[in-house]
Amino acid sequence: MRNVLKKNLARAVLGLSISLPFMQGAAALQPLQAIGKGEGVLNVVAWEGYAQDDWVKPFEAATGCQVNAKYAGSSDEMVALMRSGGGSQYDVVSASGDATLRLIYGHNVQPINMALIPAWKNFIPQLKSPAFNTVHGVHYGVSYEWGPNTLLYSTKTFPSAPTSWSVIYNPQYKGAITVPDNPIQIADAALYLSKTQPTLGITDPYELNQTQMNAVVTLLKSQAKLIKKYWALASDEIQLFTSGDAVVGAAWPYQTNTLQAAKVAVADTIPAEGATGWADTWMIAAKAKHVNCAYEWINWVTTPKVQAQQAIYFGETPANTLACREMDAQQPGACAQYHANAPASYFDRIKFWKTPLTTCDNGKNDCLDYSAWQREWQNVKG
Amino acid sequence: MQRFLSAFGWRHEGAANAALLGLPGIWFACLYLAAIGALLVTAFWTVDSLSGNLIPGFSFTNFQQLLSAPVYTKIGLRTIGIAASVTLTDVVLAWPMAYAMVRLAGPKLRAALMAAVLVPLWSSYLARVYAWRLILAHDGVLNWALTEIGLPGLHIGYSNWAMWIVFSYLWLPFMILPVAASVERIPPSLLEASADLGAHGLVTFRRVILPMALPGMVAGAIFTFSLTLGDYVTPMLVGGEGSDFIGNVVYANVGVTNNIPFAAAYAVLPLGVMAMFLLLARKLGAFDAL
Repeated sequence: MRNVLKKNLARAVLGLSISLPFMQGAAALQPLQAIGKGEGVLNVVAWEGYAQDDWVKPFEAATGCQVNAKYAGSSDEMVALMRSGGGSQYDVVSASGDATLRLIYGHNVQPINMALIPAWKNFIPQLKSPAFNTVHGVHYGVSYEWGPNTLLYSTKTFPSAPTSWSVIYNPQYKGAITVPDNPIQIADAALYLSKTQPTLGITDPYELNQTQMNAVVTLLKSQAKLIKKYWALASDEIQLFTSGDAVVGAAWPYQTNTLQAAKVAVADTIPAEGATGWADTWMIAAKAKHVNCAYEWINWVTTPKVQAQQAIYFGETPANTLACREMDAQQPGACAQYHANAPASYFDRIKFWKTPLTTCDNGKNDCLDYSAWQREWQNVKG
Repeated sequence: MQRFLSAFGWRHEGAANAALLGLPGIWFACLYLAAIGALLVTAFWTVDSLSGNLIPGFSFTNFQQLLSAPVYTKIGLRTIGIAASVTLTDVVLAWPMAYAMVRLAGPKLRAALMAAVLVPLWSSYLARVYAWRLILAHDGVLNWALTEIGLPGLHIGYSNWAMWIVFSYLWLPFMILPVAASVERIPPSLLEASADLGAHGLVTFRRVILPMALPGMVAGAIFTFSLTLGDYVTPMLVGGEGSDFIGNVVYANVGVTNNIPFAAAYAVLPLGVMAMFLLLARKLGAFDAL
């Protein structure tokens, strides 16, 4: 009896594992040639705030596609959702650059026919075919909005803006520094070292071999002793700066806006070394059941009006250059405030998040992948 | 029908027990044992780093990684160490309260004290942790009070000290209640006998009350220890650098890196620690006091 039970249990566990979505051959997948009649439904996986009624309701009225939005809290949750139910449960996803390659190489998303996305030609050039959503010239997604990871500082401690990221590694500010609790934070230190220790040969902060990683980890371990808190939520960092527990740290523009609105004496800057950043991409599931609605949706959210609404709501920068005027119309000064009119040089100083892989762009295969990054990050935090 | 059932149950004791225990038994087997079984099986699997798919199989890779990187030993020891110190702190704090409640207070005061112990449990766990964060912050109530009376401010916000204080506060009611129950069960005649034989208060406490209340303390310790051991929210909210618990590593591997097998392998550690703890607790008679 016992043995039978055990066997059945083992079989159940095995069955479960086999039914998990495995890699699908997607070589034959061709992009859509023309947008046909909408299927009436669109299942969306998005960041919270990316499917607001302000632009979803008019979309539903205009296209007849009923939007069912599922919010995800992390890039990994997004990847998991897009693979759930055999990969056909959801149609589109607003993936960040540290998830896009996993979806592409996992064959979870389909190529996009840019001829069907009219707004694309008005995108800032850097977001037309970025490496995190375009592989070998094939587009697997349409860029949406982006933002830099900025250096946030108390204007009481720093009367003038710090010009280098060195302040967050400086023992002078021991116990008053805060950085995000996220393995991708390793790239921030790698970017800093690529400028301050050129002999390491770091050309891309997301492609590190073991020697380079060791140098980065040494820097981050010395930083750990100076850290007040590794923040997990944006609200954590806002509270740290409000209470004065932190005076300098790595942040998003959202925190600066919120703190300044609350009259806390802070400002942000992008230091001389440049900054890392995040750029989101709308992608369509490889097995999407509502492809026409998916294209309609992407066209809807890349219009200048929705781009502007999204940028102001979330505190980020639109990909569509025509959104600037719309932003100022919706909220005077918003275009400049969210950098939508910034010159290309501003964008070029940002190294956007992407998934660390074992294959490096230099053709070698000695780079560390994301799971190695996670282990190193745990080592740093202790 | 009713008479038939009761007669049947009386004649066939096994059937009656099976009927009564059937539902909880199924619940226990399906929801509880199956979950732990799946955890143990998954601990030997691996993950494809690119696609993130689980690869079933049998390999000790996860355990090797856990043992080879000293950071996981450190985090394990930190978790167990703080859980143990929280338990000791709660034992010390719970005694006066529990004793006063059942031995010294009148019926009205007793009800009031009981309410005071239980009321915090009605508010959200998160609200109470956030409240402590405000108290311990740089410009919080604690430092304000210290400077008002002319003392230098303390910098214990976002640190392991903060975690120790918050955990001790959070789980204190779970220690007070079983200790109070076990003190209440000590017959007053024993205390009188002890006094008659010439023992003064302290000796009576040490040689009569304490040994008889030990099962209650161990029962409370099961709560305080296991609740601390499995927590990951408090370290996330009030911890500083170097404050991760086992739970945080598990959370990061499930939620951030999607490495569920590694998380499962690490989760075996608290499982083993609790198993040993419960065996010890049973020896000390804690289960009779629950």
